[in-house]
Amino acid sequence: MRARVHVTLKNGVLDPQGEAVRHALGALGFGDVENVRIGKVIELDLADLEADEAENRVTQMCEKLLANTVIEDYRVEFE
Amino acid sequence: MTLYAGVIVFPGSNCDRDLATALRAFDAHVEMVWHKDTTLPTGLDLVAVPGGFSFGDYLRCGAIAAKSPIMRAVIEFANAGGHVLGICNGFQILLETGLLPGALMRNANLRFICRQEELVVSTTASAFTRHYKPGQHIRLPIAHHDGNYIAEPEVLKTLNLEDRVAFRYANAPNGAMDNIAGILSANRRVLGMMPHPERAVDEWHGGVDGSGVFTGLAAAMGSELLQRA
Repeated sequence: MRARVHVTLKNGVLDPQGEAVRHALGALGFGDVENVRIGKVIELDLADLEADEAENRVTQMCEKLLANTVIEDYRVEFE
Repeated sequence: MTLYAGVIVFPGSNCDRDLATALRAFDAHVEMVWHKDTTLPTGLDLVAVPGGFSFGDYLRCGAIAAKSPIMRAVIEFANAGGHVLGICNGFQILLETGLLPGALMRNANLRFICRQEELVVSTTASAFTRHYKPGQHIRLPIAHHDGNYIAEPEVLKTLNLEDRVAFRYANAPNGAMDNIAGILSANRRVLGMMPHPERAVDEWHGGVDGSGVFTGLAAAMGSELLQRA
């Protein structure tokens, strides 16, 4: 099974990269973009587990390593 | 008494030898400690976590190094009252271990900044800063891409209330909250800082303002400030 972890900066944390991209989009004529947030996607191929167990394991991975919860939020989806 | 220091070496550390050289210049006895080791040499007074690009800055600066076997021993050492100094990537690593609060983000101008920077010594109440004067302006090199300190408002309040900001930037180079360049732990024995004192200890470095960190640590030997952990 595959887990896809989305890590993004928390709301309220200024994202300087996102701001730079927003400016660049504005320069290309996409001035309607009000906000850009940049994050990362981490794909994990896992041995097959019960859904609850898998969610539990991946949450632990996020808390312990994949996200820095001081500044980042994470969201997990399975496929 | 001689200061006995361990300098941790990760793949990608590149200030480890500078740090060891600076410590030795102030008569410390230094041992290099590999990241895969699970224990520290016994009797250390100081663990120094150097700058560089540990594990290629993969995932987040310092994130992988913070989970390495030796850092478990460093956390135990700190919790037992040992002194720990983290510089640049070392500061990022200490934040990722949770020994210090907050996080370091990409510089506000998105640029890697490498230059001499003016700092203000914000507290002299620590072994690391006792040889400076309160409010003293010093110049140290900075060299980082991710030095933009951020913390929850509550954390920031606590750091200020407890006089735990060690150094502030005089001129806001990187967007750090409250111009924070270095902070102390609650017991004042763990210091994390972005600027490089080890690169300013000899006249030919272009300045010796970093010396105070090392002479302060050396002088703390034999006093109640440093106790062997």
